Amino acid sequence: MFNSLSDRLTTTFKNLRGKGRLTEADVDQTIREIRRALLDADVALPVVRAFTGSVRERALSEEVSQALNPGQQIVKIVNAELVDILGGQTRRIAFAKRPPTVIMLAGLQGAGKTTLAGKLAHWLKQEGHRPMLVAADLQRPNAVNQLQIVGERAGAHVYAPEPGNGVGDPVRVATDAMDVAKSKLHDIVIVDTAGRLGIDEELMQQARDIRDAVQPDEILFVIDAMIGQDAVATANAFNEGVDFSGVVLSKLDGDSRGGAALSVAQVTGKPIMFASTGESMTDFELFHPDRMADRILDMGDILTLIEQAERTFDEKETERLTKKVESGEDFDLNDFLTQMASLKKMGSLKKMLGMMPGMSQHKEQLESFDEREVDRIEAIVRSMTPQERANPKLLNGSRRQRIARGAGTTVTQVNQLMERFGQAQKMMRQMRNGGGMPGMGGGGRSRGPQAAPGMPAMPGMPGTGGHGGGGGASKRKKGKKKPAGKSGNPAKRAQEAQAAELRRQGKAPEQKGAAFGGIEMGDDDIDLSKLPKGFGGF
Amino acid sequence: MESVIYAGIGVLVLLVLIVGAFLLAPSRRRRRDSSAPATVTGAPGPDTGPGEAAPGDADDEPAGASAPVLETPTEPTSRLARLRDRLSKSNTTLGRGLLTLLSRETLDEQTWEEIEDLLIMADIGVDPTTEIVDALRERVRVLGTRDPQALTELLREEMVRAVDPTMDRTLAVDPIDGSPRVVLVVGVNGSGKTTTVGKIARVLVAQDRSVLLGAADTFRAAAAEQLSTWGSRVGVETVRKEEGADPASVAFSAVERGIAEDLDVVMIDTAGRLQNKKGLMDELGKVKRVAARPLGDDREIDEVLLVLDATTGQNGLQQAKVFSEAVNITGIVLTKLDGTAKGGIVVAVQRTLGVPVKLIGLGEGADDLAPFDAHEFVDAIVDG
Repeated sequence: MFNSLSDRLTTTFKNLRGKGRLTEADVDQTIREIRRALLDADVALPVVRAFTGSVRERALSEEVSQALNPGQQIVKIVNAELVDILGGQTRRIAFAKRPPTVIMLAGLQGAGKTTLAGKLAHWLKQEGHRPMLVAADLQRPNAVNQLQIVGERAGAHVYAPEPGNGVGDPVRVATDAMDVAKSKLHDIVIVDTAGRLGIDEELMQQARDIRDAVQPDEILFVIDAMIGQDAVATANAFNEGVDFSGVVLSKLDGDSRGGAALSVAQVTGKPIMFASTGESMTDFELFHPDRMADRILDMGDILTLIEQAERTFDEKETERLTKKVESGEDFDLNDFLTQMASLKKMGSLKKMLGMMPGMSQHKEQLESFDEREVDRIEAIVRSMTPQERANPKLLNGSRRQRIARGAGTTVTQVNQLMERFGQAQKMMRQMRNGGGMPGMGGGGRSRGPQAAPGMPAMPGMPGTGGHGGGGGASKRKKGKKKPAGKSGNPAKRAQEAQAAELRRQGKAPEQKGAAFGGIEMGDDDIDLSKLPKGFGGF
Repeated sequence: MESVIYAGIGVLVLLVLIVGAFLLAPSRRRRRDSSAPATVTGAPGPDTGPGEAAPGDADDEPAGASAPVLETPTEPTSRLARLRDRLSKSNTTLGRGLLTLLSRETLDEQTWEEIEDLLIMADIGVDPTTEIVDALRERVRVLGTRDPQALTELLREEMVRAVDPTMDRTLAVDPIDGSPRVVLVVGVNGSGKTTTVGKIARVLVAQDRSVLLGAADTFRAAAAEQLSTWGSRVGVETVRKEEGADPASVAFSAVERGIAEDLDVVMIDTAGRLQNKKGLMDELGKVKRVAARPLGDDREIDEVLLVLDATTGQNGLQQAKVFSEAVNITGIVLTKLDGTAKGGIVVAVQRTLGVPVKLIGLGEGADDLAPFDAHEFVDAIVDG
């Protein structure tokens, strides 16, 4: 029932795919769908109008009618327009020439300012700064208290001279804080203000007073990603009220995404700088407009995924594994176990899977996905003897039964695991044979509907542009051909066909094949095809 | 060397996918199994809900005028006046826009589309909007009317029908058989749960009911302090435990104490959670189950109030759905209606779930809480 923006757009584009020529009626139909999809995703109406207007104009122009596949061309246009609205470049904090750099937070009640203050402090600390938090929210009961605790967790000093709960003058607190910061040599001051309504002139004036008193280098407007049509009014009010310099989207880990970001960015013309994506201190990231556009269009967020992997992975262990695979040995269950361990360190598997392209189709499965499933798998592997782990071929019926008993599960589960594992092994072998990453197995074949929106935008993937030179270009070429499911390189093409065949055989007898086969295949393809690009980005 | 690292990362990411892929399928099956018992436990909820227990009590809820312990809530009449005042302020553009549109000479396609747009701008949602406008269109055609006054009347009727005034919007807060009523307050982060609990407690105190608060938000920093600050203002005690304690145990203790002290109402504040966090939603289910335990075998929590931020867009519907699945909500509190937000999502939520909006929050003031009234809500929008 719930249709996210990307779900909708994906279906719309599916209808367009394969049309050789688009009539004006086709375009109108698509535009209507886009309009509705955007409205359902809480993009503000004026923004929707502007967006559909420019997409329509471009869709009816030469560039589409001349294109080989007009449907894909529209997808490309939509993507470009999205990136455009979201602000193009990633914007970073502008630090003051002479410290301290002052960052002021403003927003509606319950937008998440205090929590964000802590996260920001934590993040800045990791970047090597000495942040100080200032409790200028003296309105809400115990906001000061909350900031103190949050500051403690982030390891930042908290300046809170007033007890809050309606007592004290926030402007004075903010002013005094500047001297404290200078004397204690903090190079960044984060001022947490009380939540206020855009139409509350009195409180807006107070916010302006605080701003004028501390002369902030950045004024961040914190807004809930779940906000609806009111986003425009609120953003405008704050823009006029305090003239913020950047936007922070909070609660982006919820299942509403895209709408508010688009509206605020478009209406105010201010960039979205950060996204807050969870309840713990570390769930905070720089906002990448291009990646967000990819998310909206259901193209996954591979780059973030890779970054996350890079942060947590065990160099030595992985190196060992890589060598092992390269030297022709098979990837065995012991390796699988160690990899599972690093996987767990990367955080929520659900979140990582959510970043995969095409995942919105499997959203329900993903949402009901139980993280403990990983533990269950681990239990199965740990119920095997070391020999069995090193040589999974040993596993006969009775051994499987024993393992199932040991892991407290059924033989069917063990069988499933082994089958999947076999496929993974095959893939590893292919990787080796192909000398790194082979041209992904059977690209468009199994990816189905999401292939269309996924591919044309590939050139837009961050990291390909500036980097890689010739290599990048060839990859791009490959990317475009993918919907046909064939690689330009004859050797690879043969390999693909073979891989596809193998997989098809492996899957055929399986009943649930349809249910999750799509995921698996989709994942593999995308991964293999996109990874090299990601690498180019480093 | 570097290439090795990248290849390594590649392997790792690959593994995420492989593992993820075969994990998704079993989990789906498992989910189906586990969802069955969940619905069984949830089912008795509405039966023991507010309907039979305390009819007509929220209507005069703010009318409890007697002196509370420490602070005096304002008169209910002024509260309602302020609601209208505020609503009309925030909805001026909508109401006026509608009137100008409706009083045009001809009602052409574009006019209807603009009416649609105006309703969409109020967060009413595409589907309910289409429905309201279609119904209005039909009636305008049948009646053949062009009179703006009559049109406004028709629109008002359609809107009222969409909001459905016949729903039971009373709060179940009359103690039964000597044991207290338990009110559980749930919602996403930052929707205003703690504030709402504090405000409801004030109203209850003003009605001469004995109240106990349970700070089951053991997650957010200083949430328990925030709640006890609210409580102490009106002389209500708060049951709390250290940060990070099991919220279910806090709820249990609160209810247990409520029974021991023979109180009227126990209100439990929970931590904010986004509805797509399965683990947290499960935790909420546990809080509800455990909190009901001291009440005896066949009783459920009497009221589960979902706090919904009026600025929330179409995601509000999803919130209501998921929370309803997890803890079977019996009512909605629409907060922050004092801003420019119109809270139109309520229409969609009521329509799909049949859960009534019971209270509305109108600002940061301690007494800015009022019972929801369908006619007034619509009047304020249409009259502009």
